[in-house]
Amino acid sequence: MSSTVISNPVTNSDRSKRKKKKKSLQPKDQNNPNNHIIKWKSEAQQQIYSSKLIQALNHVTISNKTSSPSAPRGGRAVREAADRVLAVAAKGRTRWSRAILTNRLKLKFRKQKRPQRVPPPPSSVVATGSSRSKKTRFSVLRLRKSLPAVQRKVRVLGRLVPGCRKQPFPVILDEASDYIAALEMQVRAMTAITELLSGGGGSSSSGGGDSSSSSSSSSAAPPPTS
Amino acid sequence: MSSRRSRSRQSGTSRITDDQINDLVSKLQQLLPELRNSRSDKVSAAKVLQETCSYIRNLHREVDGLSERLSELLATTDTAQAAIIRNLLMQ
Repeated sequence: MSSTVISNPVTNSDRSKRKKKKKSLQPKDQNNPNNHIIKWKSEAQQQIYSSKLIQALNHVTISNKTSSPSAPRGGRAVREAADRVLAVAAKGRTRWSRAILTNRLKLKFRKQKRPQRVPPPPSSVVATGSSRSKKTRFSVLRLRKSLPAVQRKVRVLGRLVPGCRKQPFPVILDEASDYIAALEMQVRAMTAITELLSGGGGSSSSGGGDSSSSSSSSSAAPPPTS
Repeated sequence: MSSRRSRSRQSGTSRITDDQINDLVSKLQQLLPELRNSRSDKVSAAKVLQETCSYIRNLHREVDGLSERLSELLATTDTAQAAIIRNLLMQ
């Protein structure tokens, strides 16, 4: 397929442009919760995301050219495509990715919410008779968690991470850590693509600038004038 | 304390220990660029959460800005792949 042929030079250039990440592909520890966060920092994941994003951007540009779509145009469409590809890259293992896919594509088709991997908190927690049964659904051992300041911030955090509005405290923290790692990868990948599209040569302000300018200067061939 | 009472009544499936909360908060703290260097006992959970919220908002803003730039760059080309190949060949 032409897409695989075309995506090869992209990945090759992306690899040369991006500086080596400090964390290698091997997970630094064997704890389960950290493995999927390590995955977001790997080069392979970023390249997978970049190539999928470029394919999605093709659809965005083509649809913007050919028709006047009811879908949002310009930056909003790019943002939604980027979020959708990010959610796909998450392989549906996290709540925020499932929420993004459900919300964005619910006009076209509904994605069934998968059964939750984390066992949901039983509703019997509410019947413990605690005075704060609505907010602190789990046992509160330290004052830290029951502070109203902490509760407020957790609620705000739950609103920021998609799909986590009504989740309990540890779920929100878990989803937030994965979401932050995924967002960082998204920023890195989109920065690299932006540099690629805007020429890449000369001084660049982002982190991949040094390698990109050096590679472009080393591989610079005189333009064919004959 | 009422917390201890409710703890003894709960079943074991959903009990979240304090260690788990600490682990999650410290894991979150490791992800934040500002708080990565400070020691965990000096950083309260409220501050970690506050930094998390602002960091996520910053990342959202960055992604929005990058999306705008990308849409402007793509507005003049037919496909993203063609634009990338063109730029690669021109270097």
